Amino acid sequence: MNKKQKKILIRILISLILLITISFIPLNGKWNLLINLIPFIIIGWDVIFKAVRNILHGQIFDENFLMSLATIGAFVTGEYKEGSAVMLFYQIGELFQGYAVGRSRKSISSLMDIRPDYANIEVDGKLIQKAPEEIMPGDIIIIKPGEKIPLDGIVINGNSTINTSALTGESVPREVSAGDDVISGCVNLNGLIYVKVTKEFENSTVSKILELVENSSEKKSRSENFITKFAKYYTPCVVIGAVLLAVIPPAITGEGWVNWMHRALTFLVISCPCALVISVPLSFFGGIGCASKNGILIKGSNYIEALTKTDIMVFDKTGTLTKGVFKVTAVHPESVSENQLIEFAAMAESYSDHPISQSIKELYKIEIDKSRVSNYNEISGHGVKCCIDGNLVCAGNNKLMDDIGVKWHPCHHAGTIVHVSVNNEYAGHIIISDEIKPESEKAIELIKKNNIRTVMLTGDTNKVGVQTAKKLKIDVVYTDLLPQNKVEKVEELIENKKEDRKLVFVGDGINDAPVLTRADIGISMGAIGSDAAIEASDIVLMDDNPAKIPLAIDIAKKTLRIVKQNIIFALSVKMLVLITGALGITNMWAAVFADVGVSVIAILNAIRALKFDNKK
Amino acid sequence: MKKVLKMVDLDCANCASKMENAISKIEGVENVSISFIAQKMTLEADETKMDEIIKKAVKACKKVEPDCKVIF
Repeated sequence: MNKKQKKILIRILISLILLITISFIPLNGKWNLLINLIPFIIIGWDVIFKAVRNILHGQIFDENFLMSLATIGAFVTGEYKEGSAVMLFYQIGELFQGYAVGRSRKSISSLMDIRPDYANIEVDGKLIQKAPEEIMPGDIIIIKPGEKIPLDGIVINGNSTINTSALTGESVPREVSAGDDVISGCVNLNGLIYVKVTKEFENSTVSKILELVENSSEKKSRSENFITKFAKYYTPCVVIGAVLLAVIPPAITGEGWVNWMHRALTFLVISCPCALVISVPLSFFGGIGCASKNGILIKGSNYIEALTKTDIMVFDKTGTLTKGVFKVTAVHPESVSENQLIEFAAMAESYSDHPISQSIKELYKIEIDKSRVSNYNEISGHGVKCCIDGNLVCAGNNKLMDDIGVKWHPCHHAGTIVHVSVNNEYAGHIIISDEIKPESEKAIELIKKNNIRTVMLTGDTNKVGVQTAKKLKIDVVYTDLLPQNKVEKVEELIENKKEDRKLVFVGDGINDAPVLTRADIGISMGAIGSDAAIEASDIVLMDDNPAKIPLAIDIAKKTLRIVKQNIIFALSVKMLVLITGALGITNMWAAVFADVGVSVIAILNAIRALKFDNKK
Repeated sequence: MKKVLKMVDLDCANCASKMENAISKIEGVENVSISFIAQKMTLEADETKMDEIIKKAVKACKKVEPDCKVIF
């Protein structure tokens, strides 16, 4: 609690005690009024002061003014205790509102507490601390255990493990050593590392992310705009209602004006739309905060709303659903053993740096004794011919096998095929393909549970694309697409989507910026470091885990649920009290609940958006 | 040109939308958004008139809530 809030708390306590004490003193007439004014002034002087000041500024429908009018009116109609109590509750509500909003703001900003304060740099053998903004690319910075990495760079010396959880939500630490890239905002856990800076601070990951999160409150959702518009008309309407209620019925029926005036004052107490105006943006803010804790950056609350209306979700294949890295996915020996087939292939490919050769060598694992390989001959576009332990080994594609006259078998697996022949006899083949990410299948399953149609786009061949889509149970697949075709396909899909629903495109941010921009919502994953991708997308996944997409949908749905609850709850309570107040069934006490109590409940509900149970 | 201003002691959410409304009517303002929760204002306006616009915006805020300070 800050100083201002403590002061108000003291005033609340004093006037509460006074109010209770007074109710035991039997006084009548003038003295009763005077003694009742004491707690009222203690608790309400600033509200009345502000009301007068704001009227001078031309602010008529100011909540201070309305509150003053209502409570002073209560005094005029002889309801002294009610007047003071309503003011007291109003102040308690305001205090709580301020406190709760301040608290949730702090907890959200602590989620994003990734801003580094300094960078260590060596000058004349001494370690000095400099502001990260002063460091230039090419400088060598030193990061001690426990410190935040202030700028993006490459490790040039030292080994350590780094914690990326603040950025990615991933709790497993990452090992780094010389030659590895490190990104700012991560925490160095145990070793001392020397890092050569590659980007200045304002272009470093941490700055980009902070900028994105801090600007997220600019893009307002439809619910927020609705509330703003609603608030604009609500207060004047209720006030006019109050005036009519005070004037018309007594004029028609000739009843006493005190009763109707009292009912009208009830209206004034409920005329502030605060519960809605605070709780709706607070819920969205909480949702955005919760998502960023999980490594999902959402650029505005409008995207939270849009995400819950997804009709079609379009995925890029390579790098998004698959790892984008080649790996041996099948070994089919025919005349030799599996191990022998791998050994021959690995030895034949031993001189090559091609990604395909690398993946075979990776599978073989053993250090290759190159002295066993002789007469090495690489035939470009075909493969390799060589002599291994005195056997003539050929490894390559269909063309190579045809050239040397060896009968080969096609494979039912999709991917790049490497045939191996030993002494002109077919030994078998190895399939190398891009591996599907382990989380993809479950992610697609969860996405489809949300009634979302899934589509996959790929530049890959039909065979590879269809097989991947089948494995992941994706509804529709389009293959052999060039980057510009992807935009066309997405446009075609946007035409065909259900009205009022959204199309989401998920890509890895490489080469797909135009598609990310064209889709209603562009999600890029693992795009850290790629400014263009971050710029073009609306939601950025800090790591490349597709499981974060259904999680984002769940968070969005929960947030929107809370928003709707708050709108319906606040509106219905207010309407109910307005009607019963006009009929004279409820009094100002109910009205103060409808104003302050509803705000408090709505804020508490909004804070729930911050927390999301991931394990369900 | 876009400018972000910090708001201190912005106490009421309804006031924030009133300020937003008032500032958007200032000549030369292209876009304004006040976040009660982030306690800041994002102002987009003509660069040549920026200083003048900010002065007017601060005045408009003061009118709605005199206790609120705008830092730029």
